[in-house]
Amino acid sequence: MAKLKTTLIAATALIAVAGCSKKRPAELPPPPSETPPPAQTMPENNGTVGNTVVPGSAADFRQSVSSDTIHFATDQSDIDPEARAILDSQAQWLAKYPNVRITIEGHCDERGTREYNLALGDRRANAAKNYLAARGVDASRINTISYGKERPIALGSDEASWAQNRRAVTVVIE
Amino acid sequence: MRFATLWKLMAAFAFATPALAQTATMPPSSAPQATPPGQTNGPLQVEITGGAGAPTPIAIPPMPTTQAVSTAAGSTDVLGEKLAGVITDDLRNSGLFSPVASNLLRRVTVPEVTAPAFDYWSTTGAQVLVEGYVRANGDGTLTVGCYLYDVYAKTELTRQGFVVSPADWRRAGHKCADTVYTRLTGEGPYFDSRVVYVSETGPKAHRIKRLAIMDQDGANHRFLTNGQSIVLTPRFAPNRQSIVYMSYVNKQPSIYIYDIGSGQQRLLVRGDRLTFAPRFSPDGRYVLFSMAVAGNTDIYRISASGGSPQRLTSSPGIDTGGSYSPDGSRIVFESDRSGAQQIYVMNADGSGQHRISFGGGRYATPVWSPKGDLIAFTHIGGTFQVGVMSPDGGNEKLLTHGWQDEGPTWSPNGRVIMFFRTTQGGRGTSDLWSVDKTGVAERKIPTPLDGSDPAWGPLRP
Repeated sequence: MAKLKTTLIAATALIAVAGCSKKRPAELPPPPSETPPPAQTMPENNGTVGNTVVPGSAADFRQSVSSDTIHFATDQSDIDPEARAILDSQAQWLAKYPNVRITIEGHCDERGTREYNLALGDRRANAAKNYLAARGVDASRINTISYGKERPIALGSDEASWAQNRRAVTVVIE
Repeated sequence: MRFATLWKLMAAFAFATPALAQTATMPPSSAPQATPPGQTNGPLQVEITGGAGAPTPIAIPPMPTTQAVSTAAGSTDVLGEKLAGVITDDLRNSGLFSPVASNLLRRVTVPEVTAPAFDYWSTTGAQVLVEGYVRANGDGTLTVGCYLYDVYAKTELTRQGFVVSPADWRRAGHKCADTVYTRLTGEGPYFDSRVVYVSETGPKAHRIKRLAIMDQDGANHRFLTNGQSIVLTPRFAPNRQSIVYMSYVNKQPSIYIYDIGSGQQRLLVRGDRLTFAPRFSPDGRYVLFSMAVAGNTDIYRISASGGSPQRLTSSPGIDTGGSYSPDGSRIVFESDRSGAQQIYVMNADGSGQHRISFGGGRYATPVWSPKGDLIAFTHIGGTFQVGVMSPDGGNEKLLTHGWQDEGPTWSPNGRVIMFFRTTQGGRGTSDLWSVDKTGVAERKIPTPLDGSDPAWGPLRP
């Protein structure tokens, strides 16, 4: 489940693919055009073509929203104010690209038992999904999956690590 | 001397087809037969009182062979030494026996097996003596004879013989150890059994997890999956032919039934919901499992051959981890409907749900003992500890003292609990451990890599 690493370029503007890139792209870009390419055409390099980020791509999502991850209190699945702000940012982006589908991954810290944590991760993913749906994102665009405690991102056995691991991550499906 | 001719065993690769260890009638020894247990002036009985009694000293010399014959498992004289080792390890690891030092185990001849030198053995401090022999039969099988003696009373306590294919030689050792163990403790047997678990390796952020199966003493270890997908919580079917488990293959966390003999598996619950925490019913006809629907997890039951799930719980809390009582009439499970994880019991049809855990802290992963008298669980309170309680919630006892001891599973005789222990920090790992239900004999189970989610299978016939 490791997310593909992308080489995000610092440029904030979305640049139409017009043969202006400095590096030779892996695939030939479409002929120069005024309109950006549709969000669904995803080249193998994960949403980037040369130095540009393809609108509606996973790379675009990650650099556009305030965060792809919200966090939770111990044993809780409540969406706190900070999480709300992050999900609002995600909802805004998702409104711009109505054909984009997402998976929300629910995760837990290591201080729970195996099966309960699978259920709690599912609860967290669905809490985020329900919030996004209430903000106008069609529920049929949202998959959920729980990883329980199987995929921590912080490895220590301390409060700081555990807090990082109690999370729901929104991933654009490409 | 000739023994009764028995069935020729199937040529078994031990994993693919479960070969049977046939018993063979053994002639009585020259020692007087001891009075059967339960009668007055009865023979030696091992005291099992809360682990306070000292282990019983026992002598298990290498087994001689009638004639050194080369077999597929090695020469019979070498097998005789190894068999004594298997028996010694089983009995020592139970925590109830203290094997006499090997330098005191003098060589025994075949005639001596049925006419023990009690005067010598009493000088070793042994209270009981296990003698046996190995014989290559003309048809390719092996016969292993097993005699148990009371050294002080100079009586024969029991005897049994086992006919096995060479590939199954260790099973003869486990059967002999079980014969000794059951005769002296009054408990059921458990040494001739296997364990399925999740073998772990790799970094904490991305563990490589593979299903694996092994004998309960760690021998005959084999991997069943290749580690490309996360696999969790495997459990044996009661007939030992298949394993039910949860896999993330295709990023669809689902429950599969894996046939050990063929290596084939099938999806058990159709649909795209998260399904997990599967367990067979004692009669093998059903599988309990948990399913998450719109963020709420409940316990369901499905026929082991598939079909429509039947819902058993419907609380707004997380209900998971169902485990049947051995008679199949009740189910113990965990639920956070009260606000935090606690243990509940219900009838097999879902009625009569009531909480049984009321100690401090939280309670999870309940598992009903095959004897029916106890429920093992994980207690969460700062650390995770494995414990046991009666089915009404009384007599609670915490057994282990690691940082995270989790996921108990019972031996077939309801006496020993295997679990996994995780250590702290970024380099923390999980390993399999076991402990007696009284809390004694806590020990690490040898595995080639790390391990978690053990499930102890039924006794092999």
